[in-house]
Amino acid sequence: MLLIPCPYCGARPQDEFHYRGDATVKRPAPDAGLQALYDFVYTRTNPRGWHLEWWHHYAGCRQWVKVERNTLTHEIRTAVGPAEDTPQLSA
Amino acid sequence: MPARIEPIADRYSAWRLLKEGISGNRGWKQAWRKPEPKARYDVVIIGGGGHGLATAHYLANVHGITNVAVVQKGPIGLGNGGRNTTIVRSNYLLPSNTRFYEYSLKLWEGLEQDLNYNVMVSQRGQLSLFHSDSERDAAVRRGNSMRIQGVDAVLVDGEAVRAMLPFLAMDNPMFPILGGLLQPRGGTARHDAVIWGFARAADRRGVDILEHCEVTGIRRDGGRVVGVETTRGFIGARKVGIAVAGNTSRVAAMAGLRLPVESHLLQAFVSEAIKPLINCVISFGAGHFYISQTDRGGLIFGGDLDGYNSYSQRGNLPLVERLMGVGVSMIPALSRLRVLRQWAGIADMTMDGSPFICRTLIEGLYLNGGWCYGGFKATPASGWCFAYTIAKDEPHPFNADLTIDRFLEGRMIDERGAGPNPWAQ
Ligand SMILES: Cc1cc2nc3c(=O)[nH]c(=O)nc-3n(C[C@H](O)[C@H](O)[C@H](O)COP(=O)(O)OP(=O)(O)OC[C@H]3O[C@@H](n4cnc5c(N)ncnc54)[C@H](O)[C@@H]3O)c2cc1C
Ligand SMILES: [Zn+2]
Repeated sequence: MLLIPCPYCGARPQDEFHYRGDATVKRPAPDAGLQALYDFVYTRTNPRGWHLEWWHHYAGCRQWVKVERNTLTHEIRTAVGPAEDTPQLSA
Repeated sequence: MPARIEPIADRYSAWRLLKEGISGNRGWKQAWRKPEPKARYDVVIIGGGGHGLATAHYLANVHGITNVAVVQKGPIGLGNGGRNTTIVRSNYLLPSNTRFYEYSLKLWEGLEQDLNYNVMVSQRGQLSLFHSDSERDAAVRRGNSMRIQGVDAVLVDGEAVRAMLPFLAMDNPMFPILGGLLQPRGGTARHDAVIWGFARAADRRGVDILEHCEVTGIRRDGGRVVGVETTRGFIGARKVGIAVAGNTSRVAAMAGLRLPVESHLLQAFVSEAIKPLINCVISFGAGHFYISQTDRGGLIFGGDLDGYNSYSQRGNLPLVERLMGVGVSMIPALSRLRVLRQWAGIADMTMDGSPFICRTLIEGLYLNGGWCYGGFKATPASGWCFAYTIAKDEPHPFNADLTIDRFLEGRMIDERGAGPNPWAQ
């Protein structure tokens, strides 16, 4: 069981969250072109190691939180609110 | 280089089994060699799972390209090839998938003769249950789509399901079983034997299987591939094919490619052995759960992904709890069984749930991946089409649609219509 340290609710079990994927992808400007839009929607770095990702605390505070988790060890380093940057990786 | 044709005495047969049996089993030979890497090959395949080994087999056997190496980081067959739940079927809805998987099923049907290896293909039937009128409509639509394309599909009503599988919870108040869509030619095959059979057959034709040889880089000269860096030194190659399943993003990144793929956990479970109970493969329609019985008697089952990016090959408990709940609501008797083993593999999930077998923008580099959790059944056709694509530098008709460009071109093959969320495919 992953324990996700929600910045609003404290450590909560993963069952209360929905996973929403890579939090480093950013919507490009409307005129950025097809390739930029394609990369935003489809391509992912998919790292083996630290990954910044969205989790939706649907059965808690209902906030989206940004979590830094290691995809090899499942260790969780930090979780911050949606508008904040994490110290190690930045969105 | 002349192809090595196996000596008659080394063929596997009933006669051979008898002969070895009465002479103390001393005559069996090593099934594949453990060669040293050569300096150069015509083709290097990265990844000694079923797909990589099948590709080498068809390169040698169909296209006469025998100066081939398969490089594998540990021993062969410990990736998803050795971790899956062994289901083979071709009951897809979309023509691009149906064509490909049906060809694969046809190859399965003749695979043992082709490889001279007992891969234990068992066409015991695959039944997908439905629980509501709308699910029935979807099953009818899928069945019709299959039949139009020449694939076997039979709509089975509730009474017939009850007669076939009396232990199912037919009258579950929330999810009554109204019937199922049966593919009689679906079933299972012995996963490890598939790996060993392809390895032995490829080796017989002169393919070098280089185990304990991890690829750490893909060397290029201008826009063209010239070989791979490995833990056993540089190996030159005119052409390099990637077939590394869960590690597809990482190996492709060695050549600067960024893919529409995420790596996710898929778990499987096997129970203690019991007397014959389940004589086909059953999948639940009200939750993601599928089950069959191994020849040793264990019930083998699985379901959804854990649902977050992972390379750990280690499943987590919330999924276990959910899956057991779904399983027991389909077969209440499961609650009396003990689970003996549980494990997980890394599935290379794509943004539309379908795979790719294609060339890349880099000359001489070919890509095979995105198998999600359905690539075992694809093994023969994947090898067939990948070998064709590498040998001829153009796709076989069966993999012409399975390119990575399809995402940019808006030609997704989205069997489930789940949107670009790899964890939801
Ligand atoms: C639990 C589970 C159940 C499944 N059930 C089914 C099922 O019932 N039916 C079905 O059709 N499919 C199923 N699948 C999917 C199927 O197992 C895979 O899609 C398929 O086995 C992929 O084949 P492969 O040969 O590409 O992968 P693998 O067998 O994983 O082979 C890839 C190989 O590449 C090697 N490799 C990786 N990186 C490197 C490197 N840098 N250098 C050298 N070698 C490298 C790995 O060690 C590995 O041996 C299941 C998967 C899982 C995990
Ligand atoms: Zn919260």
